[in-house]
Amino acid sequence: MAKIRKVENKIKLGLELDELPEQLKQKIDEALKDKKVTEKQRQKIYEKAFEEYKKALVEPGESVGIIGAESIGEPATQMTLNTKHFSGVAELNVTTGLPRIIEIVDGRKTISTPSMEIYLKKEYENEEDVKKYTLQIKETNLSEISKEFNVNLEEFSIEVTLDEKKLKDLELTKEKVIKVLNKTLKKLKAEEKEGIIKLTFKSKEENFNELYKAKDKLKNVYVSGIKNIKQVLPVKKEEGYVLITAGTNLKEIMKLPYVDTYRTVSNDIFEIYEYFGIEAARQAIINEVYKVMENQGLNIDIRHLMLVADTMCNSATVKGITRYGVVKEKSSVLARASFETALNHVINAALMGEKDPMNSIVENVMVNQIIPAGTGIPKLVMDLDIKKKK
Amino acid sequence: MDNKKYIYKKIGAVQFGLLSPQMIKKMAVVKIVTPELYDKEGYPVDGGLMDLRLGVIDPGLRSKTTGARMTEDLGHFGYIPLARPVIHIKFVPIIYDLLRSTCSTCGKVLISQDKIDAHKKELKRIKNIRGLDAVRTKVKTIIAEAKNTKKCPHCKAKQPTTKLEKPYTFFENDRRMTPVEVRVRLEKIPDEDLEVLGLNKELARPEWMVLTVLPIPPVTIRPSITLESGERSEDDLTHKLGDIVRINQRLFENVNAGAPEIIIEDLWDLLQYHVTTYFDNEVAQLPPARHRSGQPLKTLTERIKGKEGRIRHNLAGKRTNFSARSVISPDPMININEVGVPLMVAKKLTVPERVTEWNIEYLKKFVERGPDKYPGANYIVRPDGKRKRLTEETIELALEELQPGYIVERHLMDGDISLFNRQPSLHRNSMMAHRIKVLPGRTLRLNPSVCHPYNADFDGDAMNLHIPQNEEAMAEAQILMEVRTQLNSPRYGLSIIGLIQDGISGLYLLTKNENIKYEEAVELLAYTGLKNYDKLPKKETVTGRDVFSVLLPDDFDFVSKSKDKKPVVIKEGKLIEGVMDKANLGEGAGLMLRSINKKYGSEKAMEIIAKMSVLGIHYLLKKGFTIKLSETDITKEIEEKIQKILQEADVKVKELIEQYQKGELEAYPGKTIKETLELNILEVLNNVRNKVGEFLYEAIPEDNHFEIMARSGARGNILNLAQISGVLGQQALRGERINRGYKGRTLSCFTKNDLGPDAHGFIRSNFKKGLKPHEFFFQSMVGRDSLMDTGLRTPKSGYLYRRLANAMQDLKVDYDNTVRDSAGKIIQFTYGEDGIDVSKSEGGSINIHRIITETIGIKEKKEKAKKADA
Repeated sequence: MAKIRKVENKIKLGLELDELPEQLKQKIDEALKDKKVTEKQRQKIYEKAFEEYKKALVEPGESVGIIGAESIGEPATQMTLNTKHFSGVAELNVTTGLPRIIEIVDGRKTISTPSMEIYLKKEYENEEDVKKYTLQIKETNLSEISKEFNVNLEEFSIEVTLDEKKLKDLELTKEKVIKVLNKTLKKLKAEEKEGIIKLTFKSKEENFNELYKAKDKLKNVYVSGIKNIKQVLPVKKEEGYVLITAGTNLKEIMKLPYVDTYRTVSNDIFEIYEYFGIEAARQAIINEVYKVMENQGLNIDIRHLMLVADTMCNSATVKGITRYGVVKEKSSVLARASFETALNHVINAALMGEKDPMNSIVENVMVNQIIPAGTGIPKLVMDLDIKKKK
Repeated sequence: MDNKKYIYKKIGAVQFGLLSPQMIKKMAVVKIVTPELYDKEGYPVDGGLMDLRLGVIDPGLRSKTTGARMTEDLGHFGYIPLARPVIHIKFVPIIYDLLRSTCSTCGKVLISQDKIDAHKKELKRIKNIRGLDAVRTKVKTIIAEAKNTKKCPHCKAKQPTTKLEKPYTFFENDRRMTPVEVRVRLEKIPDEDLEVLGLNKELARPEWMVLTVLPIPPVTIRPSITLESGERSEDDLTHKLGDIVRINQRLFENVNAGAPEIIIEDLWDLLQYHVTTYFDNEVAQLPPARHRSGQPLKTLTERIKGKEGRIRHNLAGKRTNFSARSVISPDPMININEVGVPLMVAKKLTVPERVTEWNIEYLKKFVERGPDKYPGANYIVRPDGKRKRLTEETIELALEELQPGYIVERHLMDGDISLFNRQPSLHRNSMMAHRIKVLPGRTLRLNPSVCHPYNADFDGDAMNLHIPQNEEAMAEAQILMEVRTQLNSPRYGLSIIGLIQDGISGLYLLTKNENIKYEEAVELLAYTGLKNYDKLPKKETVTGRDVFSVLLPDDFDFVSKSKDKKPVVIKEGKLIEGVMDKANLGEGAGLMLRSINKKYGSEKAMEIIAKMSVLGIHYLLKKGFTIKLSETDITKEIEEKIQKILQEADVKVKELIEQYQKGELEAYPGKTIKETLELNILEVLNNVRNKVGEFLYEAIPEDNHFEIMARSGARGNILNLAQISGVLGQQALRGERINRGYKGRTLSCFTKNDLGPDAHGFIRSNFKKGLKPHEFFFQSMVGRDSLMDTGLRTPKSGYLYRRLANAMQDLKVDYDNTVRDSAGKIIQFTYGEDGIDVSKSEGGSINIHRIITETIGIKEKKEKAKKADA
C-alpha cells in the first residue's frame, strides 16, 4: 500500500498521508491561541490529531455513493410535505421540505419559488437606506405608481395621474417615467400636460377597442426597479439587514452599487451556474439541500451532500439525477437499463454495438458475480499446487 | 494443472448488437413450420412451437438436442423464415432517420464526403473524451443536418420525401413502401457511412432491422401450465408465436399459389401486426392483442419492462434460501448483538460445517441426533455436491459414510452469525449481523436498544433473518456488519444505538439523588452480570450516582449537559454532577456513548450500553413505575390558571379582530390586511398550548410519572400532558387556521363571518374531558390532512431515494483515495474534501478540543503529581 501511494503522490491524486492536513493544523492553532502550551505539547497535539485523523479515514473500496444516497433518502421519508413555510410572522413563501429537495436533485431549470437574499454593504446598513433600497429593487409597473387611469374619448388619449409620494420614494421624476414609457411603448407617445401624463397614438388610426386595450396594457408596463423581483422584504438578522426577495435576477442585482456582492445569494442553482460557473453551482446545491435538512431538524453530514453535488456537476454542467441527466451518462448499459426505460437503453446499445464491461454493481448482481466494491475489490489468487511444490 | 474442479471464469463483458438473419439461423436448432403444438396423444409435434428440440418443460421427456431432462438444460432457439419481410417495431424511429438521411439512389449519407470524414474524426474524438452518450447526441445533429438535403451530394440524385405513418408504414413521395423496399434502401447504405450514423457496421447492419427470419425462443422461457382439469394452458408468447406461424404459413401458400396482390398484401399486413405485437403489445396506435377473455397478452417488451419486469424483478432483485421471517418482540435480557430465534426456526435453518479430521466426532453427534432432536442436522453434502436428507432411516447410513471433506448442515446454535433486517431497508443499519440465541416461543426477539436503527416497534412488526452459508460471508458479516460496528450513524457520525424508554427513565431516577442500601445496590448490579463490586463505596447507603458509576470505565472523563441544560460531569469514571437522561444516554445526540466508543472500542461500548440498560430497567422494576389515569389529574389552581391563559388569549384575539374591523391593523409588506390578521391570531392561539405546557412543566410535581418520562426524555413530552389535561390548542391546516367549509363560516353552528377562535379550529377542551362536536370535527380535519400527507410523501421520497441510489451506487473510494465511478471517472479527488469517514468521525470531524484537553490535561495532572511529591 505504502508503495502504491508514493507513486500516486507524484501525480497529486487523492491524499498525501505524510503529515497532518493544513486545515486541521490551522484549526488546532486557532484553538490553542489563548492557551499556554509549550512547543513540545503542540507537537504532541499535532501528532495525536494526525493519529486520529489517519484512523478516521475512509477505507479504499468503501461504497460512499450508496452511503450518501441512503443518508439523504432515509431522512427524506421523515420530512413533511409542507410546501410553504412561514417562519416568523411575515416571511415570504419559499418551497422547503421534500419538494424542494426533489426540485434541486432533479436539476430543474425553473424552480417554483425563486428567491434571493440580498445583503447590503456595511455603509448602507441603516434603516433609512434599507427602506429606500427595498422599494427601489422591487420591480414596479405603472399602475403601482399612479393614482388614476383615465380614457379621454374626446382627445382620444389616456391620461395617467402619478402618485407623487411614491415617485419620491422611488427617486423617480415624471420626466424619467415619460422617458421610460416612450422607450418601451411602440404605438403610443407620452407627454406631460398639466401634471398629467398623456398618451396618444402615434398613428392616426382611431379605434376605441385599441384604446382600451392599450390602457390595460399600460398598467403593467415596467417602470423601474429590477425585473423579476416581484417582492422585497427587509429582515433584520443578527448579521444585519437582509433583503429577501421573491424572484431572482442575480445579474442586475450584482450591478447595484450598494449591494454586498460577497454575501448576496440566489436560490436558483441554474442562475448561479450561468453567472458564476460550475463550482459555484456545486456549492449552491450543497447549501440549498443543507438548508432544507437543517430546517426540518434533520442531521446530515455535509460530505454526503458534497458527493451528490459532485455527481450532478461532474460533466461541467448541472445535471439532474434523472433518466435524462446523470443516469443517462453512465458507461454501463445494464446499469442504465435497470433504472428506467430499460428497452430504449438496450436498443441504443445494440445499434452502437456497445460493450458492457461489467464493472458496475448491478450487472454483477444480475449475473451472480462478486460486486466490484468493498471486499469485492481485492482479488486473491491461491496457488492450489502449494503442497506439491513443497 | 488440475484446475477443472474450480470455477475460475467469470463474465468479463456483455456485448450488445443486432441479430443478423444468418446468425438467427445459425443459433436455431429447428425450423418451425406448423402452428400445431401437440398431437392427439399430447406429445409435442415435430416442427411445432413446442418441438422437443427447443428444450423440455415436461417431466419425463428428454431434449432432442442435448438429451437433457427438464431443468438440466436452458433450451435452444428455433426460427421461422418469414414469407415476406416485416419491420421490427422497435427500430422504426431509427429506420425513419436512416431513410431520410441517406440517398435513395446511391445509399450514401446526404452530406458531402469532406464533411463525412470530418464528422468521423470528430466522433472518434468525442468517443474517447466524453463517452458514447455524447456520441449519440452528436449523431443526432449529424442526422438532422443530413435530413434536410434535397439533392444527393454524391450522385446528384434528387431526394424523395419520406414520411412515416405511425406505427410502421413508410411513404416515399406519398407512395407506400413495402418492407421489401425499405430493406433494399437500407441495404444500399455502405459500411463506411454507418459510423457517421451511429451504427456499428459489424453488429448493426441497418437491413437487419427489417426481419426476414424470426427467432423462436426456447420453450423454457414460455412454459405451459397444466391446469387441474388436465387441460393445458399455454404461455402468452406461445399464443402469439402460434398466430405468427399460422399467418406466415397462409402467406406462403398464397404467394406460391399466385394469389391476387390484394390478398397477399392483407396477409402481409396481418403478419406485420402479429410480429409487432409479439415484440410490444403496447404500441400506441395498435389495438393490443388479447386473450379470448379480453385481457391483453403480455409479450416480450412487457416482460422486460418496469418494476415487475425481468430486469428489476428478477435480475436486480433476488430471492434467498436460509431465511426466516416472524413477528418481533422485545427482550431486554438478551444482548444488543443477539437475536432470539424460536427453536422451531433453529431446527429448520442450518449452518454448513465442513468435516475435518479434527471435528468429525463433534459433527457425528449432530448427525446422530438427526433433524428432529435439537441440536441436530438436516443434511449432509458429499464432496461431489450430492445432498442427502437426514431422516430416521438414513441417519445410520450417513454416519457410516461421513468422512473428512463432507459438509454437515447442522441446526442453528447460540453464537452463530446471522443477518437481521427490517423493511424498508433505508440505510445500512437496517440490516445488521446478530448472534443467534435460541429461545422458546415463536417470535424473533431483539434487544429494545436496537429498535432505533431498524425503526422497529412491537405493534406487529415482522423482521427477516438470513444465515450466511460460507466462511467468507460469515467473516464479512462479523467484521463489517455486526451491531457493534454500527454504533455510529454513517449519516451524521453520532450514536445510533442508545438506551430507550425504561432504560433512560430508570437511570434518570437512579442518578437523581437516590440513596439506596448497599445490599440493594449490589443486587441491582448483579442483574447486569457484573461480578466485581469494588468500585462501589463500602458504605451502608450509597447514592444512585455511585451505582451508575460502577459501570463506567475507571479512567473515563466526560463533561456535557443534560436535557435541561444542567452540567453533567464524569471524572475518572465517576459521575460527580448531574443526572443521566436522554441527552447522554439516547441515540442521536448521545455524546457520552460516542466518547466511550471512541476511547474503549465498540466491544466495550456495547457492553456498557447493555449493562446500563439492564440497570435502569431493574431499578424501575424494584421501585415500581407505572402510569395511571390519575397521573394526568391536575389541581384546581392549575385548572384555573389554564383558564386564565385561555382568557388572556381570547382577549388578545378580540382586540386584534376589533382593530381589523376598524381598519386600524397595518398590513405586513406583501400581505393583505386579512392575511395579517390571520397570522397574528394564529400566533396568539398557537402560543396558548405552549404556554400551558410550560406552565404545567413547572406546576406538576416532579415525582409525577408522566413528568418523569417527559423530563428524562424516555417517552412523550410535556405538550402531550398539556393536551391530555390542559387544552388541545389550535388546529392548523397547512399553516393556517381552518378556513374552509360553508360560505363565510366553517360549520353551520357558527354565525357567518365569525372570526373568533372557536369558529376556526381552536379547541379548548382536552382529551380527558372530551371534545365538543365541532372541536372533534376540526381535529378530524387535521388528522385526515396529516394522513394524506404521509400517504403522498412515502412514494415521493421512495422515488427520490431510488434515483439517488441508482445514480450513485457505483461511486466508491479507490486505492488512491479518490472517489470514482464504475468507469474510473473521478468524481472527487478526496472523499468529502478531507477523506474522513463520517461513521468513524465525531459528528463529521476530528474533535480537536478533546485531543487538546486530553494532552494538556494529562500534563497538568502529572505536574500536580510532581508537586505533590515534592
